[in-house]
Amino acid sequence: MARKAITGNGAIALALKQVEPDVMAAYPITPQTEIAQNYAQFVADGAVKTEYIAVESEHSAMSAAIGSCAAGARTITATSSQGFALMWEMLFIAASLRLPLTMPVITRALSGPINIHCDHSDSMGGRDCGWIQLYGEDAQEGYDNAIQAFRIAEHMEVRLPVMTMIDGFIISGAIGPVETLEDADVKKFVGEYTALNPLLNVENPVTVGAFDSLGGWYFEHKVAQNRAMDNAMKVIEEVGKDFGSLSGREYSHFKTHMIEDAEIVLVAIGSAAGNVKTMVDTLRGEGKKVGMLKVRTFRPFPYKQIRQALSNACVIGVMDRSDSYGAQGGPLFTEISAAMFAGETRPKMFNFIYGLGGRDIFPDDIRGAVETLEQAAAGEAVSQTRHYLNVREG
Amino acid sequence: MSKTSKAKKKWNIDDIAKWGPGRHELGATIPESGNADDYETGGWRSERPVRDREKCNDCMICFFACPDSSIRVENGKMVDIDLEHCKGCGICAQVCPRDAIEMKNEIIACKLEEK
Repeated sequence: MARKAITGNGAIALALKQVEPDVMAAYPITPQTEIAQNYAQFVADGAVKTEYIAVESEHSAMSAAIGSCAAGARTITATSSQGFALMWEMLFIAASLRLPLTMPVITRALSGPINIHCDHSDSMGGRDCGWIQLYGEDAQEGYDNAIQAFRIAEHMEVRLPVMTMIDGFIISGAIGPVETLEDADVKKFVGEYTALNPLLNVENPVTVGAFDSLGGWYFEHKVAQNRAMDNAMKVIEEVGKDFGSLSGREYSHFKTHMIEDAEIVLVAIGSAAGNVKTMVDTLRGEGKKVGMLKVRTFRPFPYKQIRQALSNACVIGVMDRSDSYGAQGGPLFTEISAAMFAGETRPKMFNFIYGLGGRDIFPDDIRGAVETLEQAAAGEAVSQTRHYLNVREG
Repeated sequence: MSKTSKAKKKWNIDDIAKWGPGRHELGATIPESGNADDYETGGWRSERPVRDREKCNDCMICFFACPDSSIRVENGKMVDIDLEHCKGCGICAQVCPRDAIEMKNEIIACKLEEK
């Protein structure tokens, strides 16, 4: 193991290099560019045997990745924002063909107005495309998730593509400390890839992507896809435990901080979880019973475990880095609300949308959110469910 | 190099109409080749290719052009057209250099056949 000062993108590119998949098909896009660039450099330097396919768009990147994976190769790509949007139709194809692709997504706003900075509009928009989604807080989690993604995706009871998110620029471009593993340990952890029904196996020719006509089995295949998601719930935990044995950093679906006796809990996802945790510690110092839950697995959504973890909270504030236009709140808010609805006692739920298009979030913004939650906890009326942090209202 | 899963033998689909989510190959893959033969697409046809044996010199251009492998050939001769699979697209008639294939209305062709 080594401790490196490295960007989030650099850490992820290193993780991918250590796994050394057969094929990478990627197109550079801000803020993911450094991953595509670094990996192309590894290939050019002969540091990896990976075949690098320089495609002409993200639609082609995902299409080439699908073809490569269906042919029988362990395959990766990476993207952000508009690139993710351009992959859109192929994302569903990858999941429905049950191809174990993995893809780091460096989250960025979707146009318009044109904006290259961080928010979760891209990956959250793709939450129903059938991919497993893991969100990382920092470069370390980006590195760790990128490695675990292979084991999860390729598990025979799962066989679904996995995307691993880190926040664009905030994490992808900032240099931070990352504990890296030895190449051999990473290779041993992910193991040898087993292709299922590969197109290039001439001993057993197969058809991939055939038409399923009216009266066919589309419905059954969709149900199978969702059952694989159910299986993934368990597999993600198993892989997270194994990774803990290897690295000392164990992973589960989410992490909690000071929630056992917390009356007010903030739920966060991505890099802002660090800011929230610091504010929770500050508020605890002021004697306030505040806690935090940081979501890692968004698909499959661990609703039962989260409901259990939040069962003592009176008021929950969910922090979303993307909006859902016309909905009650952002994607994380609606998921958490749905999870809590089935509980015996229902907490009061509020949504705080922040950071769209890279807007900074300051400790005082989080403090302000907690003040709103305190009003609700004291029984005072809070007129709105959905709040925006650090938005100009001039 | 990647390992590959073990090759399967014949795909048994006798009771496929009842198959639930757990019975199918992952990703709706069809785990064997050559089974297009089991799918009769002749019923899609609205026009039928009818070959004039006198004009045909077995040049095989229709054989290569047919997208459904419906030109039957034996010993280098065009024997007939496989009407169980021919969709009536008319490519054979279009490419024939001797105008030996004519597309005829399927209903009329059927009636002629009955007589």
